[in-house]
Amino acid sequence: MTAISSPLSYLNRVDEPRLIGAAPLLRVQGLCKRYGRIQAVQDVSLDVYSGEIVGIVGESGSGKSSVLRLLNLEELPDEGRYTLALPTAIGLDGVNLFSLDRFTRREVQTQHIGIVYQNPHLGLRMGHTSSGNVAERLLISGERSFHALRAAAREALAASDFPLDRMDDPPRKLSGGMQQRVQLAKAIALRPRLLLLDEPTTGLDVSVQALVLDTLKRLQRERRLAIIIVSHDLGVIRALADRVLVMRQGRVIEQGLTDQVLDDPQDAYTQQLVHAKL
Amino acid sequence: MVLLDVVGLTKTFTIHHLDRHIPVFHDLCFRLHEGQFLLVTGQNGAGKSSLLRCLYRTYLPNDGHAYYESRYGRVDLARAADVDIALLRREEIGFVTQFLRPRPRVSALELVAEGLGELGEARARDLLDGFGLKPELYSAYPTTFSGGEQQKVNLAHALARPRRLLLLDEPTASLDAQARRSLCQRLADLKAQGVAMIGVFHTADEIRALVDGEIELRGARLGLPTHDDETTHGGFYVAD
Repeated sequence: MTAISSPLSYLNRVDEPRLIGAAPLLRVQGLCKRYGRIQAVQDVSLDVYSGEIVGIVGESGSGKSSVLRLLNLEELPDEGRYTLALPTAIGLDGVNLFSLDRFTRREVQTQHIGIVYQNPHLGLRMGHTSSGNVAERLLISGERSFHALRAAAREALAASDFPLDRMDDPPRKLSGGMQQRVQLAKAIALRPRLLLLDEPTTGLDVSVQALVLDTLKRLQRERRLAIIIVSHDLGVIRALADRVLVMRQGRVIEQGLTDQVLDDPQDAYTQQLVHAKL
Repeated sequence: MVLLDVVGLTKTFTIHHLDRHIPVFHDLCFRLHEGQFLLVTGQNGAGKSSLLRCLYRTYLPNDGHAYYESRYGRVDLARAADVDIALLRREEIGFVTQFLRPRPRVSALELVAEGLGELGEARARDLLDGFGLKPELYSAYPTTFSGGEQQKVNLAHALARPRRLLLLDEPTASLDAQARRSLCQRLADLKAQGVAMIGVFHTADEIRALVDGEIELRGARLGLPTHDDETTHGGFYVAD
């Protein structure tokens, strides 16, 4: 096959001037992570702006969830820089978050990053009340008044479209869709700038999935959240994401506007992935 | 003012599993001023929709440039970073297709008014009314609408937002006569306000009065043309 120039080689270079005036909220450069012999993440770089939803797709084992765990500061990479444009008063401007000590890292994680896992057991205490699960986040931030905690939990649950008459039920008594809403309420309770979603609607039935996606879209609009969503469901990505990264064997092999990647995929693997969709 | 300057734009699809390249158009050049309407003609498969999609960056051009004079400065639509294209899509460049992608459980009115602020609903009602969508459908979900009704929602959505460049891909397909007249009137108003448009129309008669120039795409699939084939047509430079 004769060579046809691939636009992917020159698009989205970080050193090019941009029209968009604002600086990215999140900037990751050269992320690498190895588990034993397996290179889970290899040279991943990414900018995400406030109010933007970025999807990460790829088959199981492609490294997409590993990237999310690194961005949530749950683990440290072997290499890489990670900065968040947080309010200046916090004093972390331009600081590589991976270089912080454990306690400061934990503080950034709880205060400024929200996460929703595919499996609610990872994010929630299934036997505590739902409101208590949300309030826990607020307790960590130093709030002690019962009334203030309850009011804030109620607000976060309402923003996540959770039925408030169930707020004192434990998550184990709730449906899958409602459990995800409790996780979401917990994730946004402290009004983080960045929300990470790991397969948030996988396993939910289609109508519940549509409702959860609506809630996410509304939150992104109202709160100007930057959202990174990992999913293997291209339908979810098309409905939600502005941009998308395609990962394979730990690398980003293609990235672009969602409609472009799904309608005019450049890489051979992305073409296979898109054409495999029912 | 020149709003869009397209130089040598080239699109070739590469289909890896067939090990094939499919050329669509090659070395396309034209200019568009503010308030101008460019009609794109050609047979099925000549690349008309692909041209619009390349300018909107749903397709990635392989070569060439499409310099666009945005409010933020000059930018090459063929090469700009994705976040910049997303910004221009939000604020300046609209794409109207014949297909609506309805969102589950979002009503027609909500879909059109989304993100328009307080006046959004009034504007949405005005547009939907203009296209003749029955008021009892405003709060219904467009997933269940007929093709023509979906198209009306689609058009209202596209025209509710202020734009400087509109890419129109058969916007009148599946519309009834009243809606077609209403659309042509809206487009004429926008053109008078300085909005530039590039359009593909199945039947161009109704839009003819708005057209400032025309390019015909033909034959890129029959073989790659050269610069010698360049012709001018209606003030626009065309290579086919």
